[in-house]
Amino acid sequence: MTYLATHAARVGALLGQHVVLVFVSLAVALVIALPLGVLAARNARAGTVILALTGVLYTIPSLALLALLVAVLGLGRTTAIVALVVYAQMVLIRGVVAGLRGVDPALVDAARGLGFTARGTLLRVELPAALPVVLGGVRVATVSLVALATIAAWINAGGLGTLLFEGISTNNADKIVAGALAAAALAIAADLALRAAERAVRT
Amino acid sequence: MTSSSKTASADGGARVELRALSVTYPGGTVAAVHDVDLVVEAGEFAVLLGPSGCGKSTLLRTINRLVEPTSGTVLIDGIDVRARDAVELRRGIGYVIQAVGLFPHYTVAENVAAVPGLLGWDRARIDARVDELLTLIRLDPARYRARRPRELSGGEAQRVGVARALAARPRVLLMDEPFAAVDAIVRASLQEEIARVHRELRTTVVFVTHDVDEALRLADRVVVMNAGRVVQTGPPEEILEHPADDFVRDLVGVDPETRRLVLERPLVER
Repeated sequence: MTYLATHAARVGALLGQHVVLVFVSLAVALVIALPLGVLAARNARAGTVILALTGVLYTIPSLALLALLVAVLGLGRTTAIVALVVYAQMVLIRGVVAGLRGVDPALVDAARGLGFTARGTLLRVELPAALPVVLGGVRVATVSLVALATIAAWINAGGLGTLLFEGISTNNADKIVAGALAAAALAIAADLALRAAERAVRT
Repeated sequence: MTSSSKTASADGGARVELRALSVTYPGGTVAAVHDVDLVVEAGEFAVLLGPSGCGKSTLLRTINRLVEPTSGTVLIDGIDVRARDAVELRRGIGYVIQAVGLFPHYTVAENVAAVPGLLGWDRARIDARVDELLTLIRLDPARYRARRPRELSGGEAQRVGVARALAARPRVLLMDEPFAAVDAIVRASLQEEIARVHRELRTTVVFVTHDVDEALRLADRVVVMNAGRVVQTGPPEEILEHPADDFVRDLVGVDPETRRLVLERPLVER
């Protein structure tokens, strides 16, 4: 625990980098997963393809994926973000699909019958009704991204993984504990915050 | 009780006409609706009555183009519904379904305001209209405006469903088994409400039910359907006294005298 006490500022800075890594990855991942999830929920054939493909991507070992991406994109934060975005897809898309498929068909019938456009029905009725389930996917994705983002330090992308890799190479257990504790605390905080958000939007 | 006496004061309703209407669903071999001709006069309360699967809901849904007919025409005030944009058409037609379908993330007021909002009414006009409608369906606006659908009983939810359907002053109101999911006592009070609302607004109502008593109570004209066809059309008394065939006789029951009691003790003065 001594490293955490003596180097609080450095741990804080790395925690900040970690949060940025996770947050940016999640934002980019959502921009991709939302339309893909909507498409997968609407069209059975597209759904099968999208879910199978993201499932395969998810099974690639994270270290292997990073190594492959480094070969193409080089070292650095962008490469780490790309890897995290790829990993988040499966969980996020499944959340969107499950959320939309779980929407009461009566809501859609009522919305269309009252004169909502297809787009209006999706944006103002279906997605809001699916939101608790979609947020559940976001929560699971966020927690796993916090864990995955630690290996981003391996390709010079910063974050709390820096402490872990430094600790391993210099045989400094204190540093490792500090990094692990900070990452775990971040994961728990994200989980609790998103659970609260889920409850807030549940009607 | 005749439809002509009603049409005289029927500025609130549109005339709905179905001509040689047939619907066959994709992949279906039997027509869900087969060659139906039907006129619902402006301001009339027409009830489509028949067993489940007889095509009455399908027929209803052709009026607001949720179902497109395979052949035939739907006219509202003489204008082919296919000549109009489906979305714009639906905003002018009220729609109430059995499952209600209130938007769970909206308040009661926001649900009622849905169609006026789509039509771009200004805030003050929408607020006034919401209060007017909640009062019409006998839910105190001060108490109910801010509630969420999950905080309503089944009967209250369906009242809000009716208010939402009436919000933009539609000239046609479509109701698909609207009271089938509530218990008998609540159903009776909802029937009273819709009869009163119809009497006040004179909107043309097309109402689907499989409940014979409900049809007899509410209808100016009952349209009996079986296997996709209209088998008899007429005022409730006529359906009771002169059933067109064995199907109608069996449907209204072996004891027309008992059924007649329903008519002799109407929910509201007509």
